[in-house]
Amino acid sequence: MLHLTLFLIFGAICVAGAVNLLVQRHPINAALSLVAVMASLAVEYLLLGAEFVAAVQVIVYAGAIMVLFVFVIMLLNAGEEARTGGSRVAILFGIPGMLAGSLLGAWVLITHSGTQEVPAGALPGPPREIANLLFHDFLLPFEVTSVLVLIAIMGAVVLAARPESVEQQKREG
Amino acid sequence: MTPDLHLWLIPLLPLIGAAMNGFLGRRLTRQAIATVALAFCGASFAMALYVSLRFSGLAIPHMETLAPWIRSGTFQADFAFYLDQLSLVMLLVVTGVGFLIHIYSVGYMWEEAGFYRFFCYLNLFMFFMLTLVLASNYLLMFIGWEGVGLASYLLIGFWFTKDSAASAGKKAFIVNRIGDFGFLIALFLMIKHFGTLNFDRVFQFAATIDVENAGAGLLTAIGLLLMVGAAGKSAQIPLYVWLPDAMEGPTPVSALIHAATMVTAGVYMVARSHVIFERAPTALMIVAIIGTLTALFAATIGVAQTDIKKVLAYSTISQLGYMFLACGVAAFSAGVFHLMTHAFFKGLLFLAAGSVIHAIGGEQDMRKMGGLREHIPWTFWTMTIGSFAIAGIWPLAGFFSKDEILWRAYQASWVYWLIGVFTALLTSFYMFRLWFLTFFGEYRGTASGHSIVREEAPSRSGPPASPGHHGIHESPRVMLIPLAILAFLSVVGGWVGIPGSLGGSNRFDRFLGPVFRATAPALNRQPAAPGEVAPSEQTTEGLEPHTGRGTELAFAAISVFAALLGLYLAWLLYLRRPELPQRISAALHGIYTAVSNKYYVDELYAVVFVKPLVEGASRVLWRGIDQGVIDATLDNTADAARHVSDSLRHMQSGNLRSYAGWVAAGAAVVIAYMIWTGAR
Amino acid sequence: MVPLSYYLVLSGILFACGVTGFLIKRNIITIFMSIELMLNGVNLSFVAFAAHWHALSGQIFVFFVMVVAAAEAAVGLAIIIAVYRTRETLNVDHVNLLKL
Repeated sequence: MLHLTLFLIFGAICVAGAVNLLVQRHPINAALSLVAVMASLAVEYLLLGAEFVAAVQVIVYAGAIMVLFVFVIMLLNAGEEARTGGSRVAILFGIPGMLAGSLLGAWVLITHSGTQEVPAGALPGPPREIANLLFHDFLLPFEVTSVLVLIAIMGAVVLAARPESVEQQKREG
Repeated sequence: MTPDLHLWLIPLLPLIGAAMNGFLGRRLTRQAIATVALAFCGASFAMALYVSLRFSGLAIPHMETLAPWIRSGTFQADFAFYLDQLSLVMLLVVTGVGFLIHIYSVGYMWEEAGFYRFFCYLNLFMFFMLTLVLASNYLLMFIGWEGVGLASYLLIGFWFTKDSAASAGKKAFIVNRIGDFGFLIALFLMIKHFGTLNFDRVFQFAATIDVENAGAGLLTAIGLLLMVGAAGKSAQIPLYVWLPDAMEGPTPVSALIHAATMVTAGVYMVARSHVIFERAPTALMIVAIIGTLTALFAATIGVAQTDIKKVLAYSTISQLGYMFLACGVAAFSAGVFHLMTHAFFKGLLFLAAGSVIHAIGGEQDMRKMGGLREHIPWTFWTMTIGSFAIAGIWPLAGFFSKDEILWRAYQASWVYWLIGVFTALLTSFYMFRLWFLTFFGEYRGTASGHSIVREEAPSRSGPPASPGHHGIHESPRVMLIPLAILAFLSVVGGWVGIPGSLGGSNRFDRFLGPVFRATAPALNRQPAAPGEVAPSEQTTEGLEPHTGRGTELAFAAISVFAALLGLYLAWLLYLRRPELPQRISAALHGIYTAVSNKYYVDELYAVVFVKPLVEGASRVLWRGIDQGVIDATLDNTADAARHVSDSLRHMQSGNLRSYAGWVAAGAAVVIAYMIWTGAR
Repeated sequence: MVPLSYYLVLSGILFACGVTGFLIKRNIITIFMSIELMLNGVNLSFVAFAAHWHALSGQIFVFFVMVVAAAEAAVGLAIIIAVYRTRETLNVDHVNLLKL
């Protein structure tokens, strides 16, 4: 009972945050809504027993990625969105397509997953277990992902560097 | 064990000569070119003589296979050669007369720019003609058939820069092809029903089929189609129109191809296929009718011609008609006999005419000749012999062969005989008309004893007079010797066929007997009438026996009388009272115009066949199909591609959100498809 | 006790909101955030199924998804900064030089 109540409350917060993201015109408001969504999602994960994932969600997603978003918004001094014409195709084809796709997908998943109940804390995921799996069965993806991150860092530095600073470094170095 | 005579050498040697002259001739001197051409042609003639010497020791028919060619299922056609009496006669005529004409051409064409080309083509012609004559199956014969048509085209259009010559060459080739179409269908019928084209097998099959007296049947069809081919090649009605135009070629070409050898290929083919024709009386009758009508028709046209070569051309058509008449009444050996003598005297006449033309500097219009008797005596005498021979006056060659034909024609129907005699009268008339106009009376031309003025009359062909020649002069010896040899043959050539009624033993007929006698249908053999008929005259080629030597002598006398009557009329009209022809032609104006315009046959063909064909081709085939369908298809495909891509490019709007929209829609489609096909 | 389907519905709603945001928003940064929203929805679905089938690898996958999302966000934002420098605009409709 408590499980269901908590689920519904935090689920509502998720949905509200998501809708708010769509509605808000200023990107900073949208960013803050997204932080709210992520926080509630972390609670949902806890309800399912995935402690480590919940923690990582808060630390990495909400704490790092969203902070990055906020920094960029401030850096670029993004203002309110202007109302430009945009694309007819996006509205005409995209929205119906999206609706149809998600409804269909949802229908399939629901009819085949049934209404079995997932108890609270169904699958505990303590860090020890996660680490075991991660460094034994999923070692290769782990290493590859670390390379990916390295590349991403380098790419970000290169792409975002000021052209003058590049010249300067060349001259100096 | 059949001895190997290397028959394949006979056609091959001229081919080598043609190749040498064709590829290297540009760089050789005239002497070298002439030597090559004459050497290979002469070698071929020598081989033919050798074969004839060995002939009596051979099993007849003698066949030699050179190499396999087509082996397809049960159908087999090889490069194989066939020698029997008929081919031997043709072989000797072709190589002999051909060799003489080669010699003559050396002199006639000496000043020409394309000297090497001429001899290359001439040797090439010899190769194809010999292939035709020696072939042992219809397919190889057809190759020779087509090849001589090609050589004829090349040689008629020898002065190809002249429009009329080029057109004449085209006309000859195209009309020939129409005939070849019939020939091909006949070959297809043979393949379908007999499964083979080899002579011995085809004739074996044909011999098992009964005589088709009812009229229509396989053999009649084949015979009629073969006759279509022969009509094209041998210039019979309705496909004769190319031969007068072919006079655009040099005179030796006219002599060799359009008198002595190529045009006789049709006669040879009909004679060779006698097994088929004997069993198809309807086809045979058509052959005779075509021959007779052509003979008469061409003779009437020849009477009104003014160009010396055109007279001889129509004369050739007419004499070929006689040969087909002979074949049509199943007197095949008589037809071949006339073929041989005709090769002699017509070849002679053409060469002599060439000599005349050469003498007066290129003029061919008889109205501008006359009185040449004293200037060119050798030419005069040889032409005289030729004219008397063709008129059929005893004892020259034409008399015996023509008489044989008329005699056999009479036994089939008196109508054939009557038309034949009347045509003989006309033949004599126009030949002596030519003779008188050319050699007697006053000289009406412009070439004189002084330096000549070269006329560029657009209607005449032939070599222009070389600047070095002055006035009317006799031809060089290299041209006169063949004339003399052919004149000699025109005199004695008929003596091998003297019929029994005149005291001879008709050795020619007996020689060819085994060819034609062996497979004559048994139906029409009737016992010889008691008494008179000399055994040598029993050519049992399927007709009633002769009715007596007295009758035959009478008929011979009638034909000689007709010939002499023609001579008298020509003398009357062209020597004694030369104003008469004008008055007669004025009085008969309509008829005269029709005849001198060749009955407007060419114009008729142009309107009925040529014009619709050209119009149809250009409107339907060119504009309609080529431009409208084929080009349009390509153009429209390209256009369609362009339009499609033009409309598709609007998807690339550069707008991120529209791309996202497409992606979302596409994802929905994919999900729907996956659900629909059952992926879970 | 919460049925699995509830989790899936929630996940679906989040995902749909993310796609909608991508389609109707004009600010490039907001579009990026919609992408992050989509990824979060998918993550929830992974964890739910992992719990349902007692397969811990579902959570491992979520871990990887987050790492990739982080990398992608970093690079994407760097690109946005670079584009902003040249085009002076964050409006995605104005960056259409690839138009044919």
